[in-house]
Amino acid sequence: MTPSPKTPNTMDVVNKNLAKRYRKEKMFRFYGIASISFGLLCLLFLFTDIIGKGHSAFFQTYVKLPVVMSADALGITDVNDPHQIAGGNYQGVLKQALRERFPEVTDRRGKRALYGIVSNGAGYELRALVENNPDILNTSLDVWVLADDDIDTYVKSRSSREGAYTGRFTEQQISWIESLIESGNVEERFNTTFFTAGDSREPEQAGIRGAMMGSLFTLLVTLALSFPIGVAAAVYLEEYAKKNKFTDFIEVNINNLAAVPSIIFGLLGLAIFINFFEMPRSIPLVGGFVLTLMTLPTIIISSRAAIKAVPPSIREAAMGIGASKMQVILHHVLPLAMPGMLTGAIIGMAQALGETAPLLMIGMVAFIVDVPSGITDPSTVLPVQIFLWADSPERAFVERTSAAIMVLLGFLVVMNALAVWLRKRLERRW
Amino acid sequence: MNTSTLLVTIIILIAVAYILGRGRSLVLADASKGGFRNLNSLPFYYGTLTALWCGIPSLILVGVWLIMDGSIIDQLLIKSFPAEVTTLPPSELGLILNTVKNIAAGNMVGSDTQPYMTQAAQSLKNINQTSQMAMTVLAISVGILLAAFSWWRIRPEQKARLQVEGAFKFFLLACSCLAILTTIGIVFSVIFESIKFFKTVPITDFLFGLQWSPQMAIRADQVGSSGAFGAIPLFVGTLLISFIALVLAVPVGLMSAIYLSEYASPRVRTYVKPLIEMLAGIPTVVYGFFAALTIAPLLRDGGAWTFEFLGLQMSISSESALAAGLVMGVMIIPFVSSLSDDVISAVPQSLRDGSLGLGATKSETIKQVVIPAALPGIVGGVLLAASRAIGETMIVVMAAGLAANLTANPLESVTTVTVQIVTLLVGDQEFDSPKTLSAFALGLMLFTVTLALNYFALHVVRKYREQYE
Repeated sequence: MTPSPKTPNTMDVVNKNLAKRYRKEKMFRFYGIASISFGLLCLLFLFTDIIGKGHSAFFQTYVKLPVVMSADALGITDVNDPHQIAGGNYQGVLKQALRERFPEVTDRRGKRALYGIVSNGAGYELRALVENNPDILNTSLDVWVLADDDIDTYVKSRSSREGAYTGRFTEQQISWIESLIESGNVEERFNTTFFTAGDSREPEQAGIRGAMMGSLFTLLVTLALSFPIGVAAAVYLEEYAKKNKFTDFIEVNINNLAAVPSIIFGLLGLAIFINFFEMPRSIPLVGGFVLTLMTLPTIIISSRAAIKAVPPSIREAAMGIGASKMQVILHHVLPLAMPGMLTGAIIGMAQALGETAPLLMIGMVAFIVDVPSGITDPSTVLPVQIFLWADSPERAFVERTSAAIMVLLGFLVVMNALAVWLRKRLERRW
Repeated sequence: MNTSTLLVTIIILIAVAYILGRGRSLVLADASKGGFRNLNSLPFYYGTLTALWCGIPSLILVGVWLIMDGSIIDQLLIKSFPAEVTTLPPSELGLILNTVKNIAAGNMVGSDTQPYMTQAAQSLKNINQTSQMAMTVLAISVGILLAAFSWWRIRPEQKARLQVEGAFKFFLLACSCLAILTTIGIVFSVIFESIKFFKTVPITDFLFGLQWSPQMAIRADQVGSSGAFGAIPLFVGTLLISFIALVLAVPVGLMSAIYLSEYASPRVRTYVKPLIEMLAGIPTVVYGFFAALTIAPLLRDGGAWTFEFLGLQMSISSESALAAGLVMGVMIIPFVSSLSDDVISAVPQSLRDGSLGLGATKSETIKQVVIPAALPGIVGGVLLAASRAIGETMIVVMAAGLAANLTANPLESVTTVTVQIVTLLVGDQEFDSPKTLSAFALGLMLFTVTLALNYFALHVVRKYREQYE
């Protein structure tokens, strides 16, 4: 095996190129690592961005004011009349308190700016105080009331690097706030309103309770319909269907529906449920119908996989001792496949929880203040609420949108973790 | 009684029917007549059969009634109107019907209520009560009668099991046919409205027109009174954003998949793969918010700074195609990577071993053997990702613009098919204006294109899988 002198030695050629080839190998590896790092960095950036923007929404600024609960000013003549107590002019009392706190303000415009320090929903807190304890009428007391969203944004951004966000404030307004802060009359508290209130035009009074209940009802309808139907379809396709054209057609349909853009399901819902069946808009029932059609393929596909994983020997053993086909399925196959099917259902529900576009089509974007109490009450859902708030010009809505996103992502993480746990814990391997 | 109490009553009836049917079969199977062995099926099946006879017809009746009664009552009401009202065009008639319904519900007593309207509202209340009553009586009596009939028919030799299992199988079949029904529903709902649309706007104008401004003027002599429905700017905008997304997602997704399946240790794989797939689990509305409030301002300011530095007269729009496209690209990275991962893992190990045995480095093996072998599958995955990008809605609704610019410049604002569907259909709308109908025509285009892409991609992937099985 002596190489002829004319042709170059193969080993020489190989050795000559070796360094270059190894370099290329390293580069290729580096591209791989870079790609993965890019993906992970995007994830990290997204989360830090959302959390950085949203964490402050869990706190809300309150202002302490010395309020004189004069029954005259409130317009209450009879303490025992709940109508009078409910209809009292609490905002007026607050305005009076503000005027007394800043007596130097005399002109109309200045006063109006001054009244803007407290939220226009702050009167309801006073009303609640009076309703709980009518004895406080005609006394003066210090009350913590909800600050306006502009004040809230200002106070929160005071300590930030870019300096305080002043927005539309005049020097005068800033001096009022600073004087309130200096006298210790401004406080940050946990924002319970955010979790107990419905939507509102005023950021400081807006909450996600309505959207969360809407999401809950919509998901309940979706789960109640899509899980049984999906499992039934999967059982038919795995256990009964003969291999023929019709079965193929069903399978092609399921696979295609899994990849149809979600907005198309919205068009379907609009044309069939709203336009043809004349169902009302914005109700969780219709939203649930649309999401059922959308999540069915996911649930059917994962349920089929779970049923397929049940070994045939189980079926044969059951058949062998005289069980009928229905008994084999109901008593043996379904219980054994249940963990896998539940996992699929949870993943489908997570998908439905995050879905926005089809629900926009069936009118779940309406501005609804009341918290829905059933599947036929007009409502919105969490992702749509995020979409609506993201469009709002008020700066205070940005942090609330981010906070709503954090809540939504929290639910999704819990659902997915539950799915993983179920799969690890309950799935049996044969 | 109202509908929900009626449903509860029917469910109770079903339970009673089950117990009675089961009881009768047990009576028939008493020891003097030969005991259990005398029965053709287990008592459970006799009970279920009776319950099915009781429940299904009455539930179907309630369902049909609820769907039908609205339009029948409308017809009855219209007949009761004075003759000059009955001959009004359908849209005005609909308004009058709504007024009557509102009066009946006690919502609104407008100033223009005519005497015949209050009369009609009164009769509407009566009709509604009668209809509810009739439904209740009919549903319950049908349930009881059929249950009694089926109960009376129970014989030891009756093949209850076969009948129940037949019904079970039929139920399963019906459920799996829902997928077909959904597809048919989608096709019909978009096609019917699209045909109406194409009657007012010729299909060629729609497909090849270069101008999109769907605002219809109220008066005929206003500027732009016709409304322009040329969808080319929308198609170009959609393709531009999807292209940007794919340019980002395909290399990153593919390289991630290669690294994870060929280089990474199993430990790294188990931690990194779910993290990458988390990107696909984030709701699109979150990406939209991220694109509109973080990426777009970042690009705009960064762009302004760069162009000033370079001395160019350019700027990046705050609703640029670039921002929406990049964020969409991040969203579809996991689609590309997990689909590619599947096909790369499906390439037989023997091919790799052969190449490595000849002295190729790992990267040469991947580039020259594994990727060519997996190429059809990868192409299929990319097509699926493309269809996902074309149909994606929330990111573009929140981050892309509304103005239909015909441009290929990614720094400018473009609009997409899905954005227009959302803007045209959100809020209240009348169903006969071309503006609303055009959304369905756009939906038809979207459905056709994504369907074709999916079908083709699935076909390619399946064919490829068969090759190595």
